[in-house]
Amino acid sequence: MRKTMAMAVVLLVWCGSAWAKELQVGFVYVSPVGDAGYSYAHDQGRLALEAMGGVRTSFVESVAEGQDAERVITTMARKGYDVIFATSFGYMDPTLKVAKQFPNVKFLHCSGYKTAPNMANYFGRMYQARYLTGMVAGAMTKGNLLGYVAAFPIPEVIRGINAFALGAQAVNPKAEVRVVWTKTWYDPAREKEAAKSLLDAGCDVIAQHQDSPATQEAAQERGVYSIGYNSDMAKFAPKAHLTAAVWNWAPFYKEMIRQIQAGTWKADAYWWGMDRGVVDIAPFGPMVPEGVRAQVLAAKEAIVKGENNIFTGPIKDQKGVERVAAGVTMTDAELLAFNWFVQGVVGTLE
Amino acid sequence: MALVVRKRREPLPWWGSCLIFLAAVALALGGGGAMLALQGKPALAGLSVLIGSAVGSLWAVEDCVLKAIPLFLCAVGVGLSFRMAVWNIGAEGQFALGAVGATWVALSLDHLPAAVLLPFMGLAAAVAGGLWAGVAAFLRALLGANETIVTLMLNYVGILVLEFLVFGPWKDPASFGFPMTAEFVPAAILPALPGTRIHWGLVLCGVVGVAVTLAMRSSRLGFEITVCGQNPAAARYARMPYGALMAVVLVAGGALAGLAGFVEVSAALGRLQPSIMTGYGYTAIVVAWLSGLRPLGVAGVALVLAALRVGLESLQLDFQVPAAFGGMMEGTMLLVVLAGSFFSRYQILRRPA
Repeated sequence: MRKTMAMAVVLLVWCGSAWAKELQVGFVYVSPVGDAGYSYAHDQGRLALEAMGGVRTSFVESVAEGQDAERVITTMARKGYDVIFATSFGYMDPTLKVAKQFPNVKFLHCSGYKTAPNMANYFGRMYQARYLTGMVAGAMTKGNLLGYVAAFPIPEVIRGINAFALGAQAVNPKAEVRVVWTKTWYDPAREKEAAKSLLDAGCDVIAQHQDSPATQEAAQERGVYSIGYNSDMAKFAPKAHLTAAVWNWAPFYKEMIRQIQAGTWKADAYWWGMDRGVVDIAPFGPMVPEGVRAQVLAAKEAIVKGENNIFTGPIKDQKGVERVAAGVTMTDAELLAFNWFVQGVVGTLE
Repeated sequence: MALVVRKRREPLPWWGSCLIFLAAVALALGGGGAMLALQGKPALAGLSVLIGSAVGSLWAVEDCVLKAIPLFLCAVGVGLSFRMAVWNIGAEGQFALGAVGATWVALSLDHLPAAVLLPFMGLAAAVAGGLWAGVAAFLRALLGANETIVTLMLNYVGILVLEFLVFGPWKDPASFGFPMTAEFVPAAILPALPGTRIHWGLVLCGVVGVAVTLAMRSSRLGFEITVCGQNPAAARYARMPYGALMAVVLVAGGALAGLAGFVEVSAALGRLQPSIMTGYGYTAIVVAWLSGLRPLGVAGVALVLAALRVGLESLQLDFQVPAAFGGMMEGTMLLVVLAGSFFSRYQILRRPA
């Protein structure tokens, strides 16, 4: 009896110490996690952490950028969270502010450019997946007119459009990409209207950058094709959805937590690509013919092997002026500040 | 026993309204607890987190006050025009223009010391917000255009003006193409009150609250505004300048929303970027409506709504309740409080035998 009690005490103490060492990880999302979009993708990564052991996670969703974000991040730090992932660009300044006040908490900010001794920034090379989806779109269009329902004219989005256009041109030199800006991240009504305006202009494959599947639905209603984003959007428009450029945050988040647990983590700027599985394309829809699939998968292999860096010259801008000389690859700094369209993109940067 | 409903002969004293409001809040919280239980979450623990993280510590109280400051300024302005039955629902756009005005001063006069720069920023914000609301006053006076529609539409235009500036001429060249201005110089940041995290916007709220209360209670202007709100025909008959008064309430309301924009852009963001627009102007309409349109009431309701939002974040964090639950709680509270206002105008009596 005494032995059992002693064992129970030991077990309790052991559990207690394990509890104490358990890493508390908080996520801050800009939109609801149920949207099949950007925050959903991050939350899938969070759930992968839960399976790791020694990690406890939680999140706050629909947090506005600005004062609200600062408060939520501060609350997490005060409640004893060890690691905080702030997953939207507008959280950059608030995260930095809080990071300075809580030097023992580790902060990781997604899609920005600032770092601090305890604050890293990270993102994925989504343009690699965009390029591949562009190839699919370029191969499937009949009128050589592709549409792109774009979010905000910022480098991330511009980079995606350019990669999409280059991918399309790689298989179909006549392909042209029309761009409309919705200036929204999540506004299904507005995004659907924008998608319809592209369909009215004659586009027969449309892609998107927002979190809602409105563009997919618009394409299906008109009986044309679409390219999804963030996660596999096939279930919203099974007849239209060719493929999607998708996020897969699990490998990155797991690696960060592993390094933090091992004490080897550094507050760097991380920009992982397809080779490490952070970005990918969704399974092809049944309408994509075998030849196209093979071509795209071959290109994917070249990207993974580092043989195709996508933004390698010669690349001309909309006016036909050569911006990247033959054989030269754009640097990461140039990619992060992308503020011009490549040739074949029709639209303005406003 | 039969009951009858009768209109109150005498208005309910202020503590009566307070009591009704608090009872309604308690009822709404009870409803919230029931909704938590429906999701399979511990209702009592949830409510205690909700309340504890909103008012349970000095930090929490500071958070609530910070969140309530812009709401208060916008809602006092909105309430001013509502008392004249002029429907200014354009606080959102006026807030945007205020932020733009303050930013313009912060960026172009950044060599000035804080003691000069900050008042200038506030002034520019008030003028910009006031002029934006003035457009609606002007169109109504000149063309009889409905101010509800005009102020609403000007919200969209105002936000586009802000976006045009941060995507265009004011874009920080060092921002990698992201739409935002350069960070303000330290002199353009509203400092915190000594010993707290709360900034000087709170003092501004106090000044505004006292000024509006005094003006409405003991000036001719305030009297005329009240009369015009209750009976425009009688007011015109008494030769009160209806059009001029309408312009005054609209412009003053716009100026106050503009000040809220100044406070937010300076103290909360430290630079102008589109994410400054988080709907304070729209929430202010709810706040004004719930508060009985008086500054003291506005302060109370703004604090309660702010506390609710702050508490709901902790509720999400601790119990993983979806964010939509916050909207449901807020909606419940709005409904219950509005329904409760029935009791401030009517009383239920036992029918005399």
